[in-house]
Amino acid sequence: MRALDRKMLRDLRRIWAQTIAIAMVLACGIMILVGAEATQRTLVQTQAAYYERHRFADVFAGVARAPQSVVTEAAAIDGVAQAEGRITFSAVLDIDGMTEPATGLILSLPAEGAGLNVPLLRRGRLPDPDRHAEVALNEPFAERHGLVPGSTFRGILNGQLRELVVTGWVLSPEFVYTIAPGAMMPDDRRYGLIWMNEAAAAATMDMGGAVNDITLRLTRDADEAQVIAALDALLDAYGGTGAHGRDRQTSHTFLSSELQQLGAMATYLPPIFFVVSAFLVNMVLGRLIALERAQIGLFKALGYGRTEIAGHYMKLAGLIGVIAVALGWGFGWWIADAMIGLYGEFFRFPFIIRDTGTGALVISAVLGLATVALGGLRAVWSSLKLPPAEAMQPPAPPTFARGAADRFLTWLRLRQTTMMIFRSILRWPGRAAITLFGVSASVAMLVMSYFMFDSIEMLMDSVFGQANRQQMTLMLAAPQTEQAVLDALALPGVIRAEGGYAMPVRLANGHRTRLSALQGHYEGAELARLVDDAGRVVTPPAEGLVLPEMLARALGIEAGQALRVEMLAPPRTVLTLSVTAVIPQGMGQEAHIAASALFAAMDSAPQVNMIHLSVEADRVEELYAAIKSTPAIAGLSDWAEVRRQFDATLSESLLTMVAIYTLIGVLIAIGVVYNAARIQLSERSYELASLRVLGFSRGEVAFVLVGEMMLLTLLAIPLGWALGYQVAAGMVEAISTDVIQIPFAISRRTYAMAALAVFLASLASVLMVRRRLDRVDLAMALKARD
Amino acid sequence: MNIATPPLPIFRAEGVTRVYRTGSVEVWALRGVDLALNEGEMVVLLGASGSGKSTLVNILGGLDLPSGGRVHFRDRELTEADDRALTAFRRDHVGFVFQFYNLVPSLTARENVALVTEIARDPMTPEEALDRVGLAPRMDHFPAELSGGEQQRVAIARAIAKRPDVLLCDEPTGALDSRTGVQVLEALHEVNRDLGTATVLITHNAAIQRIAHRVVVLADGRIVRDEANPDRVLPSEVSW
Ligand SMILES: Nc1ncnc2c1ncn2[C@@H]1O[C@H](COP(=O)(O)OP(=O)(O)OP(=O)(O)O)[C@@H](O)[C@H]1O
Ligand SMILES: [Mg+2]
Repeated sequence: MRALDRKMLRDLRRIWAQTIAIAMVLACGIMILVGAEATQRTLVQTQAAYYERHRFADVFAGVARAPQSVVTEAAAIDGVAQAEGRITFSAVLDIDGMTEPATGLILSLPAEGAGLNVPLLRRGRLPDPDRHAEVALNEPFAERHGLVPGSTFRGILNGQLRELVVTGWVLSPEFVYTIAPGAMMPDDRRYGLIWMNEAAAAATMDMGGAVNDITLRLTRDADEAQVIAALDALLDAYGGTGAHGRDRQTSHTFLSSELQQLGAMATYLPPIFFVVSAFLVNMVLGRLIALERAQIGLFKALGYGRTEIAGHYMKLAGLIGVIAVALGWGFGWWIADAMIGLYGEFFRFPFIIRDTGTGALVISAVLGLATVALGGLRAVWSSLKLPPAEAMQPPAPPTFARGAADRFLTWLRLRQTTMMIFRSILRWPGRAAITLFGVSASVAMLVMSYFMFDSIEMLMDSVFGQANRQQMTLMLAAPQTEQAVLDALALPGVIRAEGGYAMPVRLANGHRTRLSALQGHYEGAELARLVDDAGRVVTPPAEGLVLPEMLARALGIEAGQALRVEMLAPPRTVLTLSVTAVIPQGMGQEAHIAASALFAAMDSAPQVNMIHLSVEADRVEELYAAIKSTPAIAGLSDWAEVRRQFDATLSESLLTMVAIYTLIGVLIAIGVVYNAARIQLSERSYELASLRVLGFSRGEVAFVLVGEMMLLTLLAIPLGWALGYQVAAGMVEAISTDVIQIPFAISRRTYAMAALAVFLASLASVLMVRRRLDRVDLAMALKARD
Repeated sequence: MNIATPPLPIFRAEGVTRVYRTGSVEVWALRGVDLALNEGEMVVLLGASGSGKSTLVNILGGLDLPSGGRVHFRDRELTEADDRALTAFRRDHVGFVFQFYNLVPSLTARENVALVTEIARDPMTPEEALDRVGLAPRMDHFPAELSGGEQQRVAIARAIAKRPDVLLCDEPTGALDSRTGVQVLEALHEVNRDLGTATVLITHNAAIQRIAHRVVVLADGRIVRDEANPDRVLPSEVSW
C-alpha cells in the first residue's frame, strides 16, 4: 500500500467516531431512498402485473337497470377493447360468531367466467352455475371468519333471508384494497365481497337479462374521457350513475395514493440527509486539512502534484461515502422488505414481484458519493490554492473582528467564558451556520414525521368528534318517507334517530364536471352535522348549495353562481341550484344542502335514505339482531366500532413509528453536533487547556464548549420548526389528490416533541465530547499546538 | 593530463526580487539577487533573521515564485514554469530539509521516506536511504518516538532517497544541540561527497560555514558576500 494511502487510513481511524457519525447521517438518506424506492417499484410492478394478468377494467359505470344488449353497444364504443356487464348489490350478512351484522357486496359472475376483473381462485372452486346458493368469498373476509369451502352463512338479499354456501376463496384486482363505502379504513371482519352466479344474482334481484354495472377495458390508444362521455350518453336512458376511470375506483385510488406517498418520501426526505452530510464532510475535512496544512505544504515540496494531494483527501471523503452507501444499502434493503411485508397486510396482492431496486441502488450510490465529493471538494480546493512555502508556515493566529457585534457583546459585560462562546460563533460564522442548519434540519425532519399523526388525529376528530356523533348509520335499501325515522326510533336501544338523504350526483359548471354526492341535511340535526375546518357547525342556508373550497375550486365556481346538479340515482332529477356558501373544509368532497331546500327544488315530499342513530351501549346486541331481520336496511356503518378499531391499529404501531422517526430524525442532530463539538475541541484544546491552567474548573471550561453548541441548538429549533412546516406543506401538496385529501395541521405537541428530542440529542452528543475534554492532558495540550 | 573543467552552474539566479504584500504594506524580502550555484558544490547561506534566506531557497526549489528576475535550473527557466512543471521539477530534482523536520506524524520513518520513493524516477530504497543516515534500526518508529536529531535524519533520508540533483536545507540544525547537529551535518556531508549532490545549507550558525565549499551572506535582501572557503573542515571538527 502506498504511504499516502496508509496515512489516509490512519487519519480515518483517528477520526472514526466522526466518520461514523457522518456515515450514519448519509446512510439514513440512502436507506430512505433505497427503501422507499424499492418498495414503491415493487408495488408498482406487482400492481401492473396483477392488473394485466387479471384484466382489471379501465372504466367503471353503475346503472339502475340496463338490458344485456347495452354491453354489446358499449363494446362498440370507439376505444373500447372489451366490455362486461354484471349485477352488483349490497346485502346485510349474518355470520356465525358475530353479533353485529356484516355488510356484503355481491358481484355476479358470468356463466362463461369473468372476462374482466377476473377473480383469482385461492382455495376451493368457483360457484357452480347450476347451484344458486353457492358463492365465493374474498380471501381476507373468509379467512377472518373461517368460512372454509362448505361452510354456510346467511344474508338478506333483496329483502329475503337466504342461506349461502361457500365454495372457494378468491382475490380480485378490483379489491386490492377493500374498504366499505363511506368507511375510514378496511375492515375485513365486517365487510365482505361475494361472487355469485349471474343467474342466481339475476333471480335474486329480479334482473333477468339485465345488468346494473358495466366495466370496460380500453384499447391502448383510447381517449378515456371520450369513452366515458360516450358510455354516459349510452347509459343515460337506463339510469346511469356516472362512468369513471380508474382514478375514481376506490381500491386503485388508495393504492395509487400510497404509491405516491412513497414516491414523495423518496423525493423529499433524502435530500435533507444528503445536504447535511455534504456540510459535515466539508466541515470535518476542512478541519483535517487545516490541521495538516504544513503536511500539505510538505507534500508539495516533495513533488506531489495538486491532483495527488486532492485525491488523497478525496479518497478519505470517498471512504466515508463508501461506508455510508454500504450501510444505507443494507438498511434500505432490509427496510424495503419490512415495508413490503407491511403493505402486504394492507393491500391484498396474490403475488409480489420484488423489484431488485437496482436503479435506486445505483442512484443512491451515485448521490451518496457525489455528496461526499461535493463536501470534500470545497474543503480540498482551498488547501490546493495555498502556495507550498506559505503552507508550511504555521497559520496566522485567527483574528477576532472587533465589529459592531463585538462592541455590543462588550457592552453586555458578559463573563469571559460567555464572551468566548459568542466570539467563537462570530469568528467562525460558516461553521456556526452549518451547525445551525444541520440541527434545524433535524428538527424539521421530526416535525415532518410527527405531523402525520396530527393529521390523522385531526381527521379523526373532525370525522368523529364534530361531524359524526352518531354511533351507527343505517343505509336504507330504498328512500322512504320520514316515517322511517320514527320506525327506527322504535328499534331496541335507540335513543335518538335522525334522517339523512344522500344522493350520487354529477355537478356541472359549464364543461367542468365532478362526480360527487349531495347531502341533504335535516333541520335540527345533532348527530351527523356539517363542520368546517375551524370546527364550526355549518347550518345549510334555507336555499342553495354549500360547497367545500376544494370542490368549488375544481368546478371553478364561486358563491352566488348557479351549478347544475344531475342526480345519478332515481328519481334522476336534474336541478340548477345556486351556490350560497363556500366553506373551508380541507377534506370535504361533497355538496350540501338543507333538506327542505332540496325537496322543494325537487318538488317532492321529504325523503330519507339513511338514518343516524345514537344508541344505548348495553343494548347494541339487541339492535344488531333487529337490524339483521329488517329487510329495509341494506347496510350499516358502526362509527363507534370504526373508531375503536382505528385507535387500536394506531396505538399498536404508534410507538414503533414514533421511535423509528425519532431515531432517524435525531441522527442528523447527533451527527452535526458531535462533529462540530469535536472540531471545536481540536481547534481550541490549547485555549481550553489554558483556562484550566488558569484555575477554571472542568465544568467552567466545558461550559465554553457545551454552551456554544446548546446555544446554537436553541437558535436552530425555531428555524427547524419553520423549515419543517414548509417541507410538510410541500409533502401534503404532493400526495394530495382531488380524491384523497390529507388534512394539514401541525400541533404544538409536535413542535414541542421535535424540539425536545433534538435538544436532548444535541446535549448527549456534546456531553460525549465533553468527556474527551475532561481527559485532555494539560501538559500535552499546551505543548502540542496541533 | 588533468585539465580543470570550469564548474557548471546548476542554478542561475539573475536580479531576483520578491515582494510580499500584506494589505497596504510591502515587504521586500529579496531586492535583486544574482547567484550561480555549481554542480556538486556545498554552499552555506548566512544572514540575519529576515534577510531573505528562506525566501531565496524556496524560490530556487520551486516552492515560491519571484516577483521579478529570472531563475534557471540548468537550461530550464523556472520563472516561466507553471504549477505542473514546478511540481515535476521538485519531484525529480530537489530534496528539501526543513528546520522542524516536517515529517508526517501518522507515518513511520520508513513510510515517510517511501512517500518520496514511490513517486521518484530512480530512487534508492527507503531502507538504503535510512541506512545512509544511520537510522536503519529505527525504521519502523513513528516520528513521535524519535528524538529531534533522529527526526531530522529521517528528513534527510527522505530528501536524498530520490537521488536529487540539489539538496536545499533550511536551518536543518536549528532545533538541535551541538552534538546532534554535527550528526546531521555529517549525513549531509556524506551525501554531498558520495553522491555529488549540490547542497545549499541555510544557517544562523557562523561555525557551520567552515564545512562549505563556498559561503554566501545575505543582508536585507541582497548578497553582501560570496566567497570560496579554501580551508574546508569535516563536520566532526565543528562545534558550537
Ligand atoms: N509570507 C510572507 N508574507 C509577508 N512577509 C513575509 C512572508 N514570508 C517572509 N516575509 C518577510 O520577508 C522577509 C524575509 O523573510 P525570510 O523568511 O526569507 O527570512 P529569513 O532570512 O529566512 O529569516 P529567518 O532567519 O528568521 O528564517 C522578512 O522580513 C519576512 O518578514
Ligand atoms: Mg528562514
